[in-house]
Amino acid sequence: MGDIKQPVLIIAAGSDIGAALAQGYGARGCALILTAREPAALATLASDIELRHGVSVTVAACDVTATDADGFFDALGVVPGTVVMVAGLLGEQAKAASDSAHADLIMASNYDGPVRFLLAAARRMTGGTIIGISSVAGDRGRASNFVYGSAKAGFSAFLSGLRNAHAKTGLHVMTVKPGFVATKMTAGMDLPPLLTALPKAVAAAIINAQLRGRDVIYVKSLWWLIMLIIRHIPETVFKRLSL
Amino acid sequence: MLSGWGRFPRADCAVVMPETPEAVAAVLAAGSWVARGNGRAYGDAALNADGVVSTARLSHLLAFDAASGVLTCEAGVLLGDITDALLPRGWFVRVTPGTRFVSVGGMIASDVHGKNHHGAGSFGDCLQWVELVLPDGRLLRASREVEPELFAATCGGMGLTGVIVRAAFGLQRVESSRIRQRTLRAADLECALAIFEAEQGATYSVAWIDGLATGARLGRSVVHLGEHARADELPAGAAPFARAVARRPGVPVDFPALALSWPTVKAFNEAVYRFSAVGERLVDLDPYFYPLDAVPGWNRIYGKRGFVQYQCVLPLAESAVGLRRLLTAIAASGGASFLAVLKRMGPASFGMLSFPMEGYTLAMDFPATADNLALLARLDAITAEHGGRVYLSKDACTSAAAVARGYPKLEAFRAVRQRFGLAGRITSMMSRRLEL
Repeated sequence: MGDIKQPVLIIAAGSDIGAALAQGYGARGCALILTAREPAALATLASDIELRHGVSVTVAACDVTATDADGFFDALGVVPGTVVMVAGLLGEQAKAASDSAHADLIMASNYDGPVRFLLAAARRMTGGTIIGISSVAGDRGRASNFVYGSAKAGFSAFLSGLRNAHAKTGLHVMTVKPGFVATKMTAGMDLPPLLTALPKAVAAAIINAQLRGRDVIYVKSLWWLIMLIIRHIPETVFKRLSL
Repeated sequence: MLSGWGRFPRADCAVVMPETPEAVAAVLAAGSWVARGNGRAYGDAALNADGVVSTARLSHLLAFDAASGVLTCEAGVLLGDITDALLPRGWFVRVTPGTRFVSVGGMIASDVHGKNHHGAGSFGDCLQWVELVLPDGRLLRASREVEPELFAATCGGMGLTGVIVRAAFGLQRVESSRIRQRTLRAADLECALAIFEAEQGATYSVAWIDGLATGARLGRSVVHLGEHARADELPAGAAPFARAVARRPGVPVDFPALALSWPTVKAFNEAVYRFSAVGERLVDLDPYFYPLDAVPGWNRIYGKRGFVQYQCVLPLAESAVGLRRLLTAIAASGGASFLAVLKRMGPASFGMLSFPMEGYTLAMDFPATADNLALLARLDAITAEHGGRVYLSKDACTSAAAVARGYPKLEAFRAVRQRFGLAGRITSMMSRRLEL
């Protein structure tokens, strides 16, 4: 079992997974730095965690698509022990296909921005853990969400490379592929219960995996099997499927 | 399909889960809505086929003043979360109902009472203020000083005075997570009432009552009294705020009807009466206040038809005679009930539709069969004849006439609903059924 280095920086803590992670780390007694585009939106979460768990919670503004990453970390005044990149945007595939600005936003939110921030984090951290929330959608491009999926594929490859680059420095990098999660982002979708996790369960799985020093996790292990199969379907067959 | 805790009745309801009071205001802008906390009211109080506003995402603790013991939080916070956060620091709610899974909004809307009602009053008595979102988009704070009528309508108002989004209320200091429990056996109803009257000084008191006992044993009970254990009353070396984390199996499936047939309940009641350990001992706070929470999904033991709980209160002067009539009617019907509770209540609170009044309250569960629904109508008649009333948070089937008779401030409540533009805009199946 490893340890959790503090403070824990959660980028995009206003998301359901981010808020659940903040509660989970707070319950373990970790000091927290939480970010959101509108930090005022985190006020209730911050007071809640401070009251429930008696830990210090700092709130900072951050938009991974716009904020200067180095400036952000310098302004923190402390080097985080754990960085969790939760930022991401599912977007709409159909809109992205016809609207370049929307496609840009999806790529910036899921790849460009997170990569810039995690590079800046890695430059400063001498140990601890970087956790990237990627997606099973990055395991193979599908017609229904391939702008999002390809950005997540890039992000997964980035995390893999960052892990490789720091394997000997003591900085641990973990890739998380949550599968379906019942969140604001997926509200209204008809998700299969067996494959859908609650944010709280995702957070618990992530913290548990961090303690065990895991490299890549699928939150629901059934997803590992599903994506193994999906990755191995020959392209000539796969291109005709509607998955 | 949505239902209350009794799983009767059920209705298809569109549910939204706004994250902020502003989002609640946007939701209420059009249509008819009712708020829903954690779905622990038994009947149709938090059902509305037009729309249900869940407070599940309004679940943050906002501030705690350790000098005054006043907690400010959002309405969707669950009682159990408050206990988990503040009991280790020596604070506990002044009034707790029988489950830790109620939301703060639900406790206000039901003006819940606990085993200490005779001394501490109801939840509204420790409430400092409440913030409501109204259908016209206003976020209004109501208290004893500001908008006092809206405040009085909200405490016990079944969520019909707007969506409760935030509240502030006082907690009490405790020295441990343990309760010093004293258990007494009462051979019949008179004996049980005599114990309650003699033990008014006890902080907590409640009786489990055998709803199937008849004749000389009518109303035989096991009375549990309780005090918060002081630190110096704990065994040497015990951590004062330690709590057992028990994971017990839940009820995964609906029980068959046979499970609650007359012979099984008769045997169960006999066992409870005979084998309850009489005397004094230290018990953990959770099993003392929330014995049924130990069985997740216990509402499924009544099978898929669901169940109804009958809880009424009778004025003190009428209690002995009225309770005897109620228990006789229940025992004669043979409608099996595991959970039967008798409790002495203190003076009525200020809430316009607040349930408690000085006297005795009786609560019993019944499977939702046609026979039992007919029995409940007979019980309603007895309750009314003795000047009592039924608890709306438990109710699924009483009549508008019975409620109008039992709640003398109903007209004032309706006037508040009119004045704040709530009638027709904040409605539930219950408000339509009972013309609230």
